[in-house]
Amino acid sequence: MNQQNALYTYLLRLGDSALIQSHRLSEWCSRGPILEEDLALTNIALDNLGRAQALLRYAGEVEGKKRTEDDLAYKRGERQFYNNLITELPTGDFAYTIAKQLFIAAFESLLFTELSKSKDDTLAGIAAKTLKEVKYHLVHARDWCYRLGRGTVISNSKLQHAVDELWMYTGEMFEMDEVDATLLKEGIAADLAPLKPKWMEHVTAILKDADILLPAGEFMQTGSRAGIHTEHLGHILTEMQYLQRAYPEAIW
Amino acid sequence: MFPTATETSFQEKVDQDLNIEPKDHMPENYRLHLIRQISQHAHSEVIGMQPEGNWITRAPSLRAKQILLAKIQDEGGHGLYLYSAAETLGISREEMIEQLHSGKAKYSNIFNYPSLTWADIGAIGWLVDGAAIVNQVSLQRTSYGPYARAMVRICKEESFHQRQGYEIMAKMMKGIPAQREMAQDAMNRWWWPALMMFGPHDSDSPHSGNAFKWKIKRKSNDELRQRFIDKTVPQAELIGLAIPDKDLKWNEAKQGYDHGEINWAEFKQVISGNGPCNKQRMAHHVKYHEEGAWVREAGAAYSKQIQENK
Repeated sequence: MNQQNALYTYLLRLGDSALIQSHRLSEWCSRGPILEEDLALTNIALDNLGRAQALLRYAGEVEGKKRTEDDLAYKRGERQFYNNLITELPTGDFAYTIAKQLFIAAFESLLFTELSKSKDDTLAGIAAKTLKEVKYHLVHARDWCYRLGRGTVISNSKLQHAVDELWMYTGEMFEMDEVDATLLKEGIAADLAPLKPKWMEHVTAILKDADILLPAGEFMQTGSRAGIHTEHLGHILTEMQYLQRAYPEAIW
Repeated sequence: MFPTATETSFQEKVDQDLNIEPKDHMPENYRLHLIRQISQHAHSEVIGMQPEGNWITRAPSLRAKQILLAKIQDEGGHGLYLYSAAETLGISREEMIEQLHSGKAKYSNIFNYPSLTWADIGAIGWLVDGAAIVNQVSLQRTSYGPYARAMVRICKEESFHQRQGYEIMAKMMKGIPAQREMAQDAMNRWWWPALMMFGPHDSDSPHSGNAFKWKIKRKSNDELRQRFIDKTVPQAELIGLAIPDKDLKWNEAKQGYDHGEINWAEFKQVISGNGPCNKQRMAHHVKYHEEGAWVREAGAAYSKQIQENK
């Protein structure tokens, strides 16, 4: 695999995860448990959207076929998307969103710390900006884990349920293949192997403080690196891409 | 009856254009009038998130989605500081939400209309926020300090919203025939409800008397409506949108536009609960408020534990 192809795919993976995560978070608009949380969740959605724009724009440049970030977001099909599966799972209740946010933000704070040292300047720049944002996302998720985990019997059981349900989607975030190997050699990508124990330590500590038990299951779902998704992604794209697909000549 | 000393000093302050602040004496009816108006304003910001939120996941470009999300977030923020302004008058946010759900408190009628196509997002930003700005600019000088200050902040953001709405419409009018059709259709559906946002004609306006004396209200419904029409018609013409009013014409003598008769029967229907989306908007707000109850309870229980362990 040449470096250009590897970087293009790598950027799509990062960009798609941000894009789909943003989509799910934006579904909270006008549906939050309190107005402040409505604003917080859509704010995180906006951070993710900005990151997706920057990453997909750069992916288009690397690909060299004059595709814009919008072409990449709105004109690829479900088998050409590479976001982590955890980002596309339905929004669920507030506990489900918070558990998702905890797993993702804990991972991303480690990932973007590494990527901010990338030898690819553009990627390093995007990562440095992202890192500031995801640190806040992590604090937001952590604090809500404490509130839900230690608040009431009901909130504890809802968070526990969410953590149990989502656990098997956490392993995929750390998967590496030849795309990563090619870029690692050049000092462009992040080595995810050493991040996993750090992530585990961080997440375990937060869940313990939140009176939540760590799931025992070891099975981890996989597929997104090869563009194999859950059934949910197709519906997201159907909705997201509707206007671009219905009026292909239109400029909006 | 002669006015009492405190009433005199209240009215003197108002007459001298001094702000009334939360701890100042104020007539009970002034307080109640403001609670009604500010909470209605706050609820409008919050309910308005629904028709616009309807298009977030279908926005046609990443930039459009980003602008729309940011805009709706602003509206939610406006709701927050308006609720806070109303709380200075001795009512809690929870009570205001109860009043909204019971029907005692209202929100702007305009949000009982549906957002059917992407052009509606343009029309809402341009026409609805445009009409709101005209009203809010005059409220920056309203007599109650916390409300006036909230308005100053809100006006800054609303003018950005109006520009983004107009940009959507302008882009669509430069686009393919289907886009132009969509834009004109949105114009046709939103124009008249936007005019109704200013409320009944001055001759039929039930709440105006004291509102003027207390300087809560600075301009009349008809004055504000006229200002909106005069400002908006040239903007529509510039991008080739027709105003759906065959009686609209320039009146040289008054240096403003004359407009056709507003359908007040429709206005009354929508106000009394029979608009296309009244039930939907309220059911949505109630549903998510109730679904969020366990989260609010958890937050409260946790804060209590933290307090007790201090």
